[in-house]
Amino acid sequence: MLPQIFFAYFAVVITVLSILVITRKNPVHSVIWMLVLFVHIAALYIFLNAEFLAAIQIIVYAGAILVLFLFVIMLLNLKKEEQERKFHGYWPLGVLAGTFFIVFFILILSKISVFPKLGPYSIQAIQSEGSIMTIGKVLYTDYILPFEIASIVLLVAIIGAVVLAKKRIE
Amino acid sequence: MDIPDIAITLLKVVITVNVVLLHVAYAVWCERKVIGHMQARLGPMVVGPHGLLQPIADFVKLFFKEDVIPTNADKPVFFIAPVIGVIAALSSLAVIPLWENFSIANLNIGILYILALSSVGAYGIILAGWASNSKYAFLGGLRSSAQVISYEIAMGLSLVGVMMLAGSANLSDIVNAQAKYPFILVQPIAFFVFLMSVIAETNRPPFDLPEAEAELVAGYFSEYSGMRFGLFFMAEYAAMFVMSAMVVVCFLGGWNGPEFWIFSHVPKIVWFLLKVYGLMFLYFWLRATLPRYRYDQLMGIGWKIFIPLALANIVITGIIKLL
Amino acid sequence: MVLDNTILLGIRLISPELILICTGLFLLLLDILIKRKETVAFAGLIGIFLSIWVNLKLSSLGLSGNVFSGMFVFDRYGSFFKLIFYITAILTILISLRYLTIQKGGIGEYYALILFATAGMMFMASASDLIVLYLGLELMALSTYILTGILRGQIRSNEAAIKYFLLGAFSSAILLYGISLTYGLTGTTNINEIASSLQALNLLKSPMLFLGLIFFIVAFGFKIALVPFHMWAPDVYEGAPTSITAFMSVGPKAAGFAVFGRVFFEAFGSLHLEWSGILITLSILTMAIGSILAIQQTNLKRMLAYSSISHAGYAILGIISATPEGVSGMMNYLLIYTFMNIGAFAVLIMLNSEGVRGEELSDYEGLAKTHPLASFIMLIFMFSLTGIPPTAGFMAKFYLFMAAIKAGYMPIVIVAVIFSVVSAFFYLRVVMYMYMKEPKGEVALSTSGSLNLALIITAAVTLLIGIFPSVFLEIAKASVGGL
Repeated sequence: MLPQIFFAYFAVVITVLSILVITRKNPVHSVIWMLVLFVHIAALYIFLNAEFLAAIQIIVYAGAILVLFLFVIMLLNLKKEEQERKFHGYWPLGVLAGTFFIVFFILILSKISVFPKLGPYSIQAIQSEGSIMTIGKVLYTDYILPFEIASIVLLVAIIGAVVLAKKRIE
Repeated sequence: MDIPDIAITLLKVVITVNVVLLHVAYAVWCERKVIGHMQARLGPMVVGPHGLLQPIADFVKLFFKEDVIPTNADKPVFFIAPVIGVIAALSSLAVIPLWENFSIANLNIGILYILALSSVGAYGIILAGWASNSKYAFLGGLRSSAQVISYEIAMGLSLVGVMMLAGSANLSDIVNAQAKYPFILVQPIAFFVFLMSVIAETNRPPFDLPEAEAELVAGYFSEYSGMRFGLFFMAEYAAMFVMSAMVVVCFLGGWNGPEFWIFSHVPKIVWFLLKVYGLMFLYFWLRATLPRYRYDQLMGIGWKIFIPLALANIVITGIIKLL
Repeated sequence: MVLDNTILLGIRLISPELILICTGLFLLLLDILIKRKETVAFAGLIGIFLSIWVNLKLSSLGLSGNVFSGMFVFDRYGSFFKLIFYITAILTILISLRYLTIQKGGIGEYYALILFATAGMMFMASASDLIVLYLGLELMALSTYILTGILRGQIRSNEAAIKYFLLGAFSSAILLYGISLTYGLTGTTNINEIASSLQALNLLKSPMLFLGLIFFIVAFGFKIALVPFHMWAPDVYEGAPTSITAFMSVGPKAAGFAVFGRVFFEAFGSLHLEWSGILITLSILTMAIGSILAIQQTNLKRMLAYSSISHAGYAILGIISATPEGVSGMMNYLLIYTFMNIGAFAVLIMLNSEGVRGEELSDYEGLAKTHPLASFIMLIFMFSLTGIPPTAGFMAKFYLFMAAIKAGYMPIVIVAVIFSVVSAFFYLRVVMYMYMKEPKGEVALSTSGSLNLALIITAAVTLLIGIFPSVFLEIAKASVGGL
């Protein structure tokens, strides 16, 4: 029972926070709600015994990405932004699509009876080695190719930032 | 977890937080004394013998002072900003092993937990700067966000070497791995980079650009007064304490002390605290002697010296470990 | 440290990609040391040729198989698409040199990014795991976003890059959603295992799987600009540097088709009935909107953008028919399209000097009188894009449509033929402008050795394949066997 309550709390709070993030008039307030949102998502990771991911979630998203968001937002003139409408005319359509998906998912998920077989990394297996070691081993053996491609993707992102932002050529 | 466990944990929390807060209060006094003597002054002398009661007087003063809020400030954010800083700093204490088998939570991701919280702590500063609606505070906040992001990378990378040697990110395991010799002997580069990054991360001199009084009045907390100002002070000194403890745990052997003659009978916590005090003294010493860095120099050494050094350290450690 | 044989085999099989990435990294360094951008481009070309050589060597050794825990597959299907990517990269570099000097966008990272994008496309073509597929796609997409915005001084280049980036990020998110739904249902991201798991768990009728399928169609449809997901294409094609437009309209599109084929045939092959229904609708819409909207365009880049949309509509027939002939017809189509489309853009670049000249239809008035050779080459490409014999474009369409008819998709082929006729209007209008109008003024061609070389290659291939059509088709047929 306790796990269900725990999960229900986080699911509801995460949904509410997401809505708060997109409805705030002041972008800085949006970012603050997003910070709280990230912390809750990290808690969900802990709930799944993925404490390493939880820490990374906070360090990377809250500690780096969101700070950069704040940095950019603070340099903008918010006065004009605050007066503008947050939603354009299509938002009822979005709500409709969202509702459709929710109903669809609830209907289908309740019907699923066959589940794929579980992988080798059960909770016991992860706890016996620690989540950092488990993730490290998997990343550097089975997933070495995606891992290395991801490094090139990040390199390209850095090149892009430098190319597009550096001072005028010549 | 049943009831007695929870009660014991709560007791641990209360004890640790109280002890640390007391340390924070006296760290301020200590800093004033140390700097005073270094500058051939006496420091606080009036309240109590040698000003020993000064922190208490300060606390009472701050507590009863009027809480001024600037007219155009963003009130909710203005209120929560200092709280974020204090909570982040005090929560970090949870994983620090003060002596053998004593830490509130013995997490397997201890190092990452500390890094995560220190990055959350930066929000207190940034949001305070923004919410005050004042240009000095704002510039302080911006400087701080850039500085903290930059130095967090160097900080995290320099700890990778330690994690590699200890084979764990659990702080107790790391201390146990240093039973024979402290990691400072085998990781001198990482120690240096980490120490410098810690000073930058806690916004202490000579890297205290966010609160450079000559340029920015008091930086991000220019507009704060009363107890909220006190909270910032508390957050800063608590963060100093936590970070010093991290240096001790990761590089100086934690609670381990010399194991011969009379020394082996000294309680472990004494060794731990002695090392922490030594580092705190280093903080004060640096503040009293070094001039402040220029902002671009600060970012320059962060990105161009510390991060490459930390990366090189990882490579070297890896190679040596392989051989 | 022990390198066992499977890892060594893996490294051997990804060595073409590795060479491209290493060359890209090398170019970044070379760019600092050497001021002449031509040298950097030349080094890039050498890297590509080296990679081609290694690829051919591997193919001739008969090496194939799944490596890296079944995440990367080296087979003839992938190799054929890699051929398209290599040709695209080479031709793009050839047509870029002069153009970048004129537009003042000549920086060394440009060539490195082309190589990274090519490597990304190659990973896509060889991915047998959805995670590698996604990462390859991101590598390709990220590089093209940057290349689109590389003319930083021009507002329309910036605008194109932002639009492309935002919409591309959405499509990536949708792809990830599709992947996660499939993973949740089947418990694997491996494309082959998905197929077997669908059978084993009796999931073929699951609506959730159907939703995942739709997400895949949306995400891949975005990359190949199928119609409801084509909105980005005209603006991005127009705003991007012309050489990059040429690159984008061919390379990433072919990569999109490669993963379309790989995922839909291997993982969702048993659901052919479901997805072919959706794709037929999209295909007809794509042909219709692409052809009809192209008629209104007076900017040649925009027109070619719409034309490339409608060509995607034709090529998807190969996926719909899902027969070996259909797929080989599609691959053949894409290869021929590579030559003729890059050729057309090369002519655009040749007419370009300072500013945006050479993009408006009116710039082509009376070109035949002043520059007969250039107009003749343009004529070849326009005929070929329309599908008029004896050009390669005709053969491409012919084989594709025949295969689709054989697979029993007669009605949609009729629609395709009708829209091919419609497309003749806007392609031949360019020819009409060149040959039947009086020149307005002197047009200076900005030719260069490399551009001429690209034009000669593309024009020659377009004509030769029109006359000897079986060359590419045989390779394509042989390549399909692996799938």
